[in-house]
Amino acid sequence: MSLHATHRDAGKVTVVDLSGRIVLGDGSALLRKTIRGLLADQRKMILLNLADVDYIDSSGIGELVSGFTAVKNQSGDLKLLHLTKKVKDLLQITKLYTVFDVFTDESAALRSFN
Amino acid sequence: MASDTKHLEMTLETIVESVNLAEEMCLRVAEAAGFGEDDCYRIGMSVREGVINAFHYGNQERPEKKIYLAIDLTADKMIIHVLDEGVGFKLIDVPDPLAEENLLSTSGRGIFLMRAFMDEFDVVSGKTGGAEIVMSKKLPGPGSASPNGRGGQNATPQQEA
Repeated sequence: MSLHATHRDAGKVTVVDLSGRIVLGDGSALLRKTIRGLLADQRKMILLNLADVDYIDSSGIGELVSGFTAVKNQSGDLKLLHLTKKVKDLLQITKLYTVFDVFTDESAALRSFN
Repeated sequence: MASDTKHLEMTLETIVESVNLAEEMCLRVAEAAGFGEDDCYRIGMSVREGVINAFHYGNQERPEKKIYLAIDLTADKMIIHVLDEGVGFKLIDVPDPLAEENLLSTSGRGIFLMRAFMDEFDVVSGKTGGAEIVMSKKLPGPGSASPNGRGGQNATPQQEA
């Protein structure tokens, strides 16, 4: 299942709803393109909704980290919402769960950007 | 090779599509062998990472090079070999992705994931001169501690203190 991405604005925050697999190839490329596109539009507060992402490989993890760093470098913030169990486990064993701000509630996630 | 060992092998092109192809093939074998959903996920992920490693690091994404995938299904475990046509590498030279200075690295987690998800993992010098990843997972069965659950011996999530 390839990756799909749509985004919506919630005040100064852009919520990116992702579904599918973030893996080597088109999935990682689409995530990169989406984040870079938002930064180009000066949308620097980004919340990635991963509720429908059930699979990420090392390339996908790398792309998440790359996006996180790119956003931080522009004084923005990138946070994660609604991790599936597999994705949460993956971020935990790679110690990235402590790097990203992770939320289970969208309203709380949006408020955290203030 | 023991007579009750089933052997399957295929030669893959050095293209991105080979990653999915290898994963799908190994998943079919794993499911047929009786592995549960969680173990199939771990096996599939490990095969992906092995072929990504061969594609990117071993063969340097050069299309004239090949990736050799082999599966041995023995009486007690599934063994997967991924061989590339690169120059090989030593595990001791692979940076630790959990080290503080590497946490925000955008690459270098594939070996770690294979080690975490499989029961046995090693890298040897292959007959091509490249690296040969050899990894295995014990077959589920009567007396198996968790036929459908935990992954390799290193799979326990490492929590921050």
